[in-house]
Amino acid sequence: MTEMKRRTFLRAAGGAAALGTLGFPALVLGAARRVVVVGGGVGGCTAAKYLRKLDPSLAVTLIDPQAAYTSCFMSNEVLSGERTLESLTFGYDRLRAHGVQLVQDWAVGIDPDKQQVITQGGNRFDYDACVVSPGVDFKWEAIAGYDAQIANERIPHAWFAGPQTLLLRNQLQAMPEGGHVVIVAPLNPFKCPPGPYERASQIAMYCQHHKPRAKVTILDAKDAFSKQGLYMEGWRKLYGYGTDNSLIEWVSAAAGGAVEELDPDTRTLVGLVEDFQGDVVNIIPPQKAGKIAFAADLVEGDWCPVDKGTFESSRHPGIYVLGDASSAEKMPKSAYAANSQAKVAVAAIIARFRNQEPGDPTFVNTCYSIVGEDFGISVAAVYSLDSDTNTIEPIPGSGGVSPTNASPEIREREVSYAHSWFKNVINDMME
Amino acid sequence: MNKKNTTMPASVRQLLLLACALLPATAAAGPTGPTGQALAFTCAGCHGTDGSSVGPSMPAIAGMDPEVFVDAMRAYREDQRNPSIMNRIAKAYSDEQLEAMSWFFASQRLRVFPQEYDAALAARGVDLHQAYCEKCHENGGLPGDAGTLAGQWIPYLEFTMEDFLNGKRQWPRKMKRKVDAAIAEAGDQAIPALVNYYGSQSSTAATGATGATGVSADQEQ
Repeated sequence: MTEMKRRTFLRAAGGAAALGTLGFPALVLGAARRVVVVGGGVGGCTAAKYLRKLDPSLAVTLIDPQAAYTSCFMSNEVLSGERTLESLTFGYDRLRAHGVQLVQDWAVGIDPDKQQVITQGGNRFDYDACVVSPGVDFKWEAIAGYDAQIANERIPHAWFAGPQTLLLRNQLQAMPEGGHVVIVAPLNPFKCPPGPYERASQIAMYCQHHKPRAKVTILDAKDAFSKQGLYMEGWRKLYGYGTDNSLIEWVSAAAGGAVEELDPDTRTLVGLVEDFQGDVVNIIPPQKAGKIAFAADLVEGDWCPVDKGTFESSRHPGIYVLGDASSAEKMPKSAYAANSQAKVAVAAIIARFRNQEPGDPTFVNTCYSIVGEDFGISVAAVYSLDSDTNTIEPIPGSGGVSPTNASPEIREREVSYAHSWFKNVINDMME
Repeated sequence: MNKKNTTMPASVRQLLLLACALLPATAAAGPTGPTGQALAFTCAGCHGTDGSSVGPSMPAIAGMDPEVFVDAMRAYREDQRNPSIMNRIAKAYSDEQLEAMSWFFASQRLRVFPQEYDAALAARGVDLHQAYCEKCHENGGLPGDAGTLAGQWIPYLEFTMEDFLNGKRQWPRKMKRKVDAAIAEAGDQAIPALVNYYGSQSSTAATGATGATGVSADQEQ
């Protein structure tokens, strides 16, 4: 058999296999099953795409207030000037091509009895299963003097990529020579655990090029952080970390880095030990599940408890909460985690529609951070469900961070892997 | 990639592949645990949906021969390749799980994407390929009994060849001799020429300009 015949053969085999998994078409079952997805981030988009991919008979509606998705991951590169915000923005047309219906509106409530999602625009969307992936919201009360308006106008959090990312970028550009940038990092758990430290790194990279006498201070509510050893290795190599002339300083909670109050007029932060004043201040507040999770009674404490084999809410059956808003220990709140969880939830929803038991779940997280020019680092984990404890456990002996003191060639490759990873995550969530 | 199956007739291999592609994924994965499809879906964030990568340093793995896939993953698991995130991920999977994933990827259609390449180098690469590589990487390096080269991303191919040449990846049988011969013929141009030739097929595969008969890759934006 020639190569062409083999390939054609395989394609035919693939097509037959796909038909075999479709089950009964909608005509046999009656009306199409409806899935309403709330939230057009990585979790929501991946779920919508894979629902249609695995069962084209489903009617899938995705509700999000934005007309396009703007990725927060990789947005630190906008601060260093390595990338534009436009390069992070992706229209939802790609999902429409999969047959997903897009609704631009805020979901403001979910009626679990009537099985309806209610929007600010006053519409109600019936569902047979609902996916909620709203991401995070902020606990504004944690830092006195800081609020949403101040964040929008003067002291950005920039933890959702968009206008605040550009505000922070503009403030860095306008900062005087020898200026001081202060970043306030939140308590765990929060979206993108390595993010604040990548941000400090990218800002240091900007300063190295444009304002070499500037300084970046991270005030941390914690005493340890994600990929800490690798970040510090990079900071020592690239930014003089540990010397008197270091571009970056990290102040742990124990050393007085926990911030209680902001004076927005003087950009002064009140810590337990001393005050810090910055020319540019970036506060990343502590976080909780997005608003709809609270409105729909899906939370216990700050986050949404779920059955980790399916991501179905343990409070309201038929609603699946995934991504940053869910309690998915021990997975981090990351884009890749949301992508992986979405596929588990999709499989569970389709199994439920077919009156089948959900299969065993499997999860992966990978995350790259770019510490500076030609210096990338990564963390990876593969997880399985421990159904006795309802925890998602890393598989022993696997995963972990990049090797320490790796060759320059490995660090350079990891930057290139980071950019490729970004493209593939975006591709898998909507293309 | 470490060994080339020479004992099993090609037609038997194809029948096996078909049979396994048609089996429910659970059967391939064994009685318990995630299905091959569920395991393979977690790879998409780095290797693209169903294994067709859009990221230039990540290889496409759609359409990959199951044996090549399992050999590659085992090599990563045993730290026999230059450390990347793959070494850390591969350690999570049993042989049975790797096999289940391999059948999933083998049954996926490879989609390739246009990329920039040096036409002069690619033209030189065709000849080098025919002389030294075609015997194992058949049909211009389309998915087969050896690793996929046709339409693979150029940065990925460059990393891979760097690793072979720097001793950070073990040469498959006969490959070092063939690469050495290509370098003896074309000098410093040999590797860039080959890499550009394979990369060029993402733009030419759709029109069949390579003359390869096994063109199933389509051209995508």
